[in-house]
Amino acid sequence: MTPVLEVRGLVKRYGEATVLDHVDLEVGEHQVVTLIGSSGSGKSTLLRCVDLLEEIDDGQVLLDGVDVSDPRADAAAAQRRMAIVFQAFNLFPHMTALQNVALAPRVVHGLSSAEADERARELLDRVGLADRADAHPDRLSGGQQQRVAIARALAVRPRLLLLDEITSALDPELVGEVLAIVRGLASDGVTILMATHEMGFARQVSDLVCFLDGGRVLESGPPSQVLGDPVEERTRQFLSRVIAAGRLG
Amino acid sequence: MTLSPLAQERLAYRRSRARRSTLLALASTVVFAAAVFIGVTSAPGWPRVQETFFDLRVGWESLPEVAAGLWLNLRVLVVAEIGVLALGLLIAVLRTLRGPVFFPLRALATGYVDLFRGVPLLIALYLIGFGLPALRLQGVPTDTAVLGTITLILVYSAYVAEVFRAGIESVHPSQRAAARSLGLTHRQTMRLVILPQAVRRVLPPLLNDFVALQKDVGLISVLGAVDAIRAAQIASARTFDFTPYVVAALLFVLLAVPTGRIADAVAARASRREGQA
Repeated sequence: MTPVLEVRGLVKRYGEATVLDHVDLEVGEHQVVTLIGSSGSGKSTLLRCVDLLEEIDDGQVLLDGVDVSDPRADAAAAQRRMAIVFQAFNLFPHMTALQNVALAPRVVHGLSSAEADERARELLDRVGLADRADAHPDRLSGGQQQRVAIARALAVRPRLLLLDEITSALDPELVGEVLAIVRGLASDGVTILMATHEMGFARQVSDLVCFLDGGRVLESGPPSQVLGDPVEERTRQFLSRVIAAGRLG
Repeated sequence: MTLSPLAQERLAYRRSRARRSTLLALASTVVFAAAVFIGVTSAPGWPRVQETFFDLRVGWESLPEVAAGLWLNLRVLVVAEIGVLALGLLIAVLRTLRGPVFFPLRALATGYVDLFRGVPLLIALYLIGFGLPALRLQGVPTDTAVLGTITLILVYSAYVAEVFRAGIESVHPSQRAAARSLGLTHRQTMRLVILPQAVRRVLPPLLNDFVALQKDVGLISVLGAVDAIRAAQIASARTFDFTPYVVAALLFVLLAVPTGRIADAVAARASRREGQA
């Protein structure tokens, strides 16, 4: 079966620095694939390249077997089939939670305002924020903002959901509420590619864990293997540092 | 609520300090005003100046004409401001267009801003006010007030376009990324995400430009349009007295005060909102 996402030999450079160095990756339908690695290892850049927010220097990004990284491909159409949740939420500050979620269904997918609002209300209910629908982002806590951002991403019914360290900007006590939602999405069969520093969470929900180091996938496999008994020395070092920081729950 | 003796004593001290500050401010204002008044009225030329600039009778008699002229200024102001906002926003958006197809539009918008921000308003008024009708083209307006309004729109749009552009560029790129990742087109991103945030941010400087425009509408008098300044000029030529100019100036100041207060209030509100975020 064709994987939902296939990344082949992806290279991304910023000037002299090679941020991604021939990355290969596959995400199958209903799979959860997790990228781990220290800051600057290329996790976020990989997600942004997959979402076509960055131009890539070499290689291919295939969505359902179609090369969407080709400059002749319709990038906007491909972007409509993916959704990304950012570390810094990036909600639209001049819109309410409901308007944030209803925007894309209305203006991109052509739903009527009533239909879009209804879908947005359902999604806000799903992330436990039905009662905050009319609040602006600056009136919501970080955890609530991130839950709205997840609802906004889900509103476009993405084929592939990208999560870019979505708990890294949150206070520790707010992390749980966001992870609970992602756990629910994973068990519902949403196809997810995510970057995270939450190793305990990665172990629970992932089908596959990839360890990125210096822009390369150094090691990948089932979470029990990569997180429990890694082959590579670099992976061991990384994990022991994470454990020391108290992140391996 | 009961306060401890300690807090009561401190409260009393703060109140007495506040009273003292108010009294000091009052006293210093009176002394300053008196000094200015005495300084001006004791000047050797003061009797002449009082006669030629502050003749109450001449001022009162010229008031109806000057006020009628101000009515023209007001109408020009309203039309010009609407035109400035529309043209300024258009040019700002043109300057942010990407892609080679839009190069001529981008270049045109940049050239426009360079030209009209650089040319002195007075010269622009002469060139357009006298030069345009001299072409004797069909359909070109010859009314001096209309030509003056057109000039004001052209010149002020260049400033306002830059204000709008600064606002557009101040919206963080992550907002654009979020919009594009949802599948919004460039136009949708601009209209629904970037511009609403940009306009909100630049409201205070926009209002500042509005206040500046409010008095620059008086410059259309150089074309001969009978506005407040021209009316004052006519009245003063008749009476050999400059008081009508002072009357016109007072009317312009009265006009600017509420706008200034609105600008302050908007700026204060904007900074409060920033604080919340």
